[in-house]
Amino acid sequence: MFNILPISVLAMQTWLGIPIRPEPGSTIAEGVDKLHFFLTGITLFFTFIIFSAILYFAIKYRRRSENEQPAETKTHLSLELTWTLVPTGLCAIIFVWSSSLYFANSRPPNASMEIFVVGKQWMWHLQHPEGPREINELHVPIGVPVKLTMTSEDVIHDFYVPAFRVKKDVLPGRYTSIWFQATETGKFHFFCAQYCGAQHSGMIGWVYVMTPADYAIWLAGGSKGESMTQAGERLFAQYGCNTCHKPDNTGKGPSLAGKFGTQQPLKDGRTLLVDESFIRQAITNPNSMPLAEFAPVMPTFQGQLNEEQILQLMAYVKSLGAPERKVQ
Amino acid sequence: MSTAVAEVPGARPVNYLNAKYGIRSWLLTTDHKRIALLYLVSITFMFFIGGAAATLMRMHLITPGGALVQPETYNKLFSIHGIVMVFFFMIPSIPAVLGNFLVPMMVGAKDLAFPRINLLSWYIYVVGALFTLYAILAGGVDTGWTFYTPYSSTYANSHVIAAALGVFISGFSSILTGLNFIVTIHKMRAPGLTWFRMPLFLWAIYATSIIMVLGTPVVAITIVLVALERLLHVGIFDPKLGGDPLLFQHLFWFYSHPAVYIMVLPGMGVVSELIACFSRKRIFGYSFVAFSSLAIAVISFLVWGHHMFVTGQSIYAGLIFSLLSFLVAIPSAIKVFNWTATLYKGSISYQAPMLYGLGFIGLFTMGGLTGLFLASLATDVHLNGTYFIVAHFHYIMVGGTVMAYMGGLHFWWPKITGRMYSDAWARFAALLIFVGFNLTFFPQFMLGYLGMPRRYATYPAEFQVLNVMSSAGASILGIGYLIPLVYFIYSMRYGPIAGPNPWRATGLEWQTPSPPPTENFEETPVVTEEAYAYAQMAPPAAVAGRNAGG
Amino acid sequence: MPKWLRLPLLPEGMPVAEATAVTHGPGSSQHAAQHIAHQFVDADQQHEAGTLGMWVFLVTEIMFFGGLFAAYAIYRGLYLPAFEYGSRLLDIRLGTTNTAVLIASSLTMALAVHSAQTGKRKALIAFLLLTMVFGATFLGIKAYEYVHKWDDFLVPGLRFAPTETLPAGVTLPNLQLFFCFYFFMTALHGLHMIIGLGIMTVLVILSRRGRFSADYYAPIEISGLYWHFVDIVWIFLFPLLYLIGGRY
Repeated sequence: MFNILPISVLAMQTWLGIPIRPEPGSTIAEGVDKLHFFLTGITLFFTFIIFSAILYFAIKYRRRSENEQPAETKTHLSLELTWTLVPTGLCAIIFVWSSSLYFANSRPPNASMEIFVVGKQWMWHLQHPEGPREINELHVPIGVPVKLTMTSEDVIHDFYVPAFRVKKDVLPGRYTSIWFQATETGKFHFFCAQYCGAQHSGMIGWVYVMTPADYAIWLAGGSKGESMTQAGERLFAQYGCNTCHKPDNTGKGPSLAGKFGTQQPLKDGRTLLVDESFIRQAITNPNSMPLAEFAPVMPTFQGQLNEEQILQLMAYVKSLGAPERKVQ
Repeated sequence: MSTAVAEVPGARPVNYLNAKYGIRSWLLTTDHKRIALLYLVSITFMFFIGGAAATLMRMHLITPGGALVQPETYNKLFSIHGIVMVFFFMIPSIPAVLGNFLVPMMVGAKDLAFPRINLLSWYIYVVGALFTLYAILAGGVDTGWTFYTPYSSTYANSHVIAAALGVFISGFSSILTGLNFIVTIHKMRAPGLTWFRMPLFLWAIYATSIIMVLGTPVVAITIVLVALERLLHVGIFDPKLGGDPLLFQHLFWFYSHPAVYIMVLPGMGVVSELIACFSRKRIFGYSFVAFSSLAIAVISFLVWGHHMFVTGQSIYAGLIFSLLSFLVAIPSAIKVFNWTATLYKGSISYQAPMLYGLGFIGLFTMGGLTGLFLASLATDVHLNGTYFIVAHFHYIMVGGTVMAYMGGLHFWWPKITGRMYSDAWARFAALLIFVGFNLTFFPQFMLGYLGMPRRYATYPAEFQVLNVMSSAGASILGIGYLIPLVYFIYSMRYGPIAGPNPWRATGLEWQTPSPPPTENFEETPVVTEEAYAYAQMAPPAAVAGRNAGG
Repeated sequence: MPKWLRLPLLPEGMPVAEATAVTHGPGSSQHAAQHIAHQFVDADQQHEAGTLGMWVFLVTEIMFFGGLFAAYAIYRGLYLPAFEYGSRLLDIRLGTTNTAVLIASSLTMALAVHSAQTGKRKALIAFLLLTMVFGATFLGIKAYEYVHKWDDFLVPGLRFAPTETLPAGVTLPNLQLFFCFYFFMTALHGLHMIIGLGIMTVLVILSRRGRFSADYYAPIEISGLYWHFVDIVWIFLFPLLYLIGGRY
């Protein structure tokens, strides 16, 4: 069954002369294609049945004289039940298959390498933790799970890689993420798939999938800039964060060492998980989440830091965890 | 009741068209039939505006770099196309034209429950349309018909408020129409017309009206919030001010998903009438079809989240919406099977109305089945925001509703105007529409799966072949829609005079002259038969004698 | 006044003399001083249709306000401290007074309907006028509140700069959001009240002309339904806007 799909698709594409699916470039692509072509089969099958039935009945029972009087219609409960329950059963099968595929596809594997994406009108900024920053291009190694953590500077965008069968909206003010593991080297389109204004159709780029060796070379040979963590550390000092967030807890704010991934109590009694959203909100809207043991005197940096800088600060804060606790 | 027609031998008898002359008698009419024609003129006008936008779009997309307009203009074209087609054509079309004309007649009443509110609803429609036309003429709007925030509330530089107001105002037209239908169907059925003796068109209109009155107010208030946010720069949907852009989407789709059923249910009602008449048989599974209409109306309110699967919403929410979305497909499937079964052992003729009806069944089946791809979470991730979605909804709305609307117009035209059109030309146009439609939209399914996003003014070169096919189909489709304009107008003056019941159909509307007198019936009819009592109908020879005098 | 210019306030219908000349079909009633619109078979049908129509309209109004209530609920959940603080900035005495005024107006409206049902024309007019007085009082107090908010720099978008320092957990944008809801919801409600006052003006005029009797009072009844609905919306608005601050 597994091999029938690529073979029949290839046959169809050769016959039609045009591709009918994007080249499957990730671990989930074949699975999604299988479901898609199953649904295609069902669609064509039932369309064919209905079209044929209509054609057959329309011809066989065509009116031959104006005096024809068709017999009285009787209700047929068993027929009604059949064509209610069969589609229901079919839908149940599709639902279960699709949902389990979706759930499996939505959880990034633990050892994912993380890349940070900021979409803005009308371009994509992609930042590797090691430092290299790309515009409208994404270089990744083959065979490694990659997690993209994404946000927008302005309106809602969407990051879509057809070959990988992944897509997720990119929203302002929060983070969304997708993951993929590439299975083919080469270059693959990515598109913005949520209308975002004038150059929406120009907000496109390429994913370059390379062998791990080539990727390592590319990573090292890129602009010898600072890594995200280093950039974050620089910003931490530049914007005076270190005057309150002293590592020995003597400042007005808490020390941030080892805080990422912990539960933090707030003044109103709730506790929140210190994740990416927490850090972002703490930077842009600190007064909305006053901490339990501290005076609410942190100023907001909304408008002073752009999304990329916030991500760099976040990388820095994450890096302040205890060495044994490697958080992804 | 004064009549302006002199008593000349051979003159047409007094009917709703010639009872009074003069523009005031039309603009201040409370006659549901005249109001239906007022709507017919306005929505036909809006249809061709939306169609013009679509024509320009498809011409532009012949080349990957964009052949015709700047991207900013293209964005305005698809926004205008969507807004005009959805709010000013699709939603009113069958209810406001065919519903207004037929509902009182089908229930055996002289008019709707609230004739003046009916006229008011037309005026509200016109005012809404004027706001939207202003937005178009003043430079256009480029938010898409979906007005997603924060683009529409904070970033767009086009005439958003004017367009939003146009949509907001037109919503009240919809609400009042639905209200009128609900009260009429509940309270004004003729003696003997029980719920289960009603034609299925009335069941469909009733279900549609429920959605209209429950859903439209929510989008109305949502659009007002967007306009206010634009005006006052407050942060209802703008995250920089603490707002939630996804809240807009929830509120918007809470209406806009049921809205698509406002668009398709009346079409299904028309198709029931067409299939029954042109097979000369009662619809198979009448009560199943009736209850399916209600089920669709109810479940339609529970599925809106399937437009938001990739927004980052909880995967558990996605699960629930996916399940319910599959559920809403079942009643539609039941209807398709019942219509097809009606053909079995019927007596089938192929006049234009029937061709449209049969076309509806086939194309709606395909459109509906492609909905399964989108209810299914794993495939929707890949297909959302691509041309697959565009193809899916056009199959249902154009291949479905517009075909049903055309079928209904062709079916009831002799009743509305008292004239018959050329069936040969009508069948030719139907064929052209069917072929043009499929050529336009089938390639878009393929484009979508290949990854071409929607709302793109330019696209990668490898998508060109399919785009050219689609544009070629669009030109055929456009011609197909223009032809009926010609022969319909021609028929009003030169068409052969139609009798009261040229199709020999059942239904109270066919028991009156064509065109009907203003008060529809001389005496309130009493209903003694089931709907679609074709088996009990007298053969034509006996009927012809009676009809000659009518 | 030409017939077409006369505002069609009530079903013009046919005077009784014509009504008997044209067949209505089975089920028509012969109430003497009735105005039965031409599309209805009898007075009962007209009454039932009008009542059902008003109920359906009220359902649409529930959905209309419902959108705002839903948005309010979501933002209150997200920004509770800001909403509570904003609520405390509202004048609870004026809000409570308004609530009492509106409830009183519903009482007088119900009494007006009762007067109509029992054919007491003078009482009907008196109670309608009293309802209008209460309604106008409500609007006057509301206007006073709005002006006060303007003076306090608490009008979102136009003039929003609260002078007091915000307590912990309350940010300026979130507070502005609360006031957005305060103004939008009460303004929408106020608009409905103004429309209600307009309807009552018409009813008073028609009552004085003797249009209503124990046999025909449907417009009073359904206008009463509308007014009660407007009252109920306020009953929900008042606690959600004024009482969530916990100042007691």
